[in-house]
Amino acid sequence: MSAVLDVVSMTCLVAGAFLCLTAGLGLVRFPDVLSRMHAGTKPQVLGVLLVMVGAALRLQGWSNAWMLLLVAAFQMLTAPVSAHMISRVAYRRRHVRRDLLLVDEFGAAPAGDRLYVGDEPGDAPPEEPEIAIAEHVVDDRGPGDGAPRR
Amino acid sequence: MTGPATPSRLRTQLPLLVWLVLVWMLLWGTLSWANLVSGAAVALLVTLLLPLPSTTGGTRVRLVGLLDFAGHFLLDLFVSGAQVAWLALRPGLRHSAIVRVQLRTNSDLVLTMVAEALSLVPGSLVLDLDREERSIAVHLLHVRDRDHVEQERADVLVVEARLIRAFGSAEDREALERDLAERGRRVEGTVP
Repeated sequence: MSAVLDVVSMTCLVAGAFLCLTAGLGLVRFPDVLSRMHAGTKPQVLGVLLVMVGAALRLQGWSNAWMLLLVAAFQMLTAPVSAHMISRVAYRRRHVRRDLLLVDEFGAAPAGDRLYVGDEPGDAPPEEPEIAIAEHVVDDRGPGDGAPRR
Repeated sequence: MTGPATPSRLRTQLPLLVWLVLVWMLLWGTLSWANLVSGAAVALLVTLLLPLPSTTGGTRVRLVGLLDFAGHFLLDLFVSGAQVAWLALRPGLRHSAIVRVQLRTNSDLVLTMVAEALSLVPGSLVLDLDREERSIAVHLLHVRDRDHVEQERADVLVVEARLIRAFGSAEDREALERDLAERGRRVEGTVP
């Protein structure tokens, strides 16, 4: 009985660790922030869940199992929220590989974002420089030293 | 803490109190009266000192719908984990997409759960949620073509339908049935 339990828990632990590894790989290999957040949620959460199951089987104490259950529950509750916040910020800061997007129905939905006034990286040129310059009151230094790349 | 609102307030706060006591007991890891009493005290203190804003649109838990959702969700979790793991290992660039999906629920809690669940089921990641329009912007990791995009969009609605059947209020369920009937009619209209 104990041997079977050991094998099951070992399988869970190894599979979970492997999934966390692929989550890390995905973070490196995926092309943009939004895709990377997929890697940060799905294989990551499943990996943690499997590790928790494996540990709960091996530890054999209810007190430990409850704690692991809490870890799993909060992982499932918080991972999507943080991924959502990061991808939302990334989209608004235009860290998106638009050439890879087949459809973009979100578009420039947040009104006023075309000018990108305020919280943008210093080296980010406006996406539509002509409109941005035309609509924006050009100050003495012109549209800034972040000259349009295209 | 206003007088007349007390009964409904207690009713909405009760699940939160139960959840907080449960977390407290799980953290201690032992079932005892001392833990129960101290947990209740801490939960009351937390809810009184840090009150949450009230949510609109009620929820009602239905056991059959809940089990249906939980089963599918667990299965989806495994599928999506394996899928993204495979995409991470596989070489090559893939197309993604961002779609806007019109949801049907008008409950804060169900919307929250839809957003949470969508990020864990295959394909989708929530990008933005428009509360007024009840629409949700979803990033799809891997799409082959337009048809695939439409299929993923339908999957989002399926997740929402399961959650409404599990937690939705009567109005939400009505809205869901109305929308499903309308869709059915539209499909029938195009077939002949």
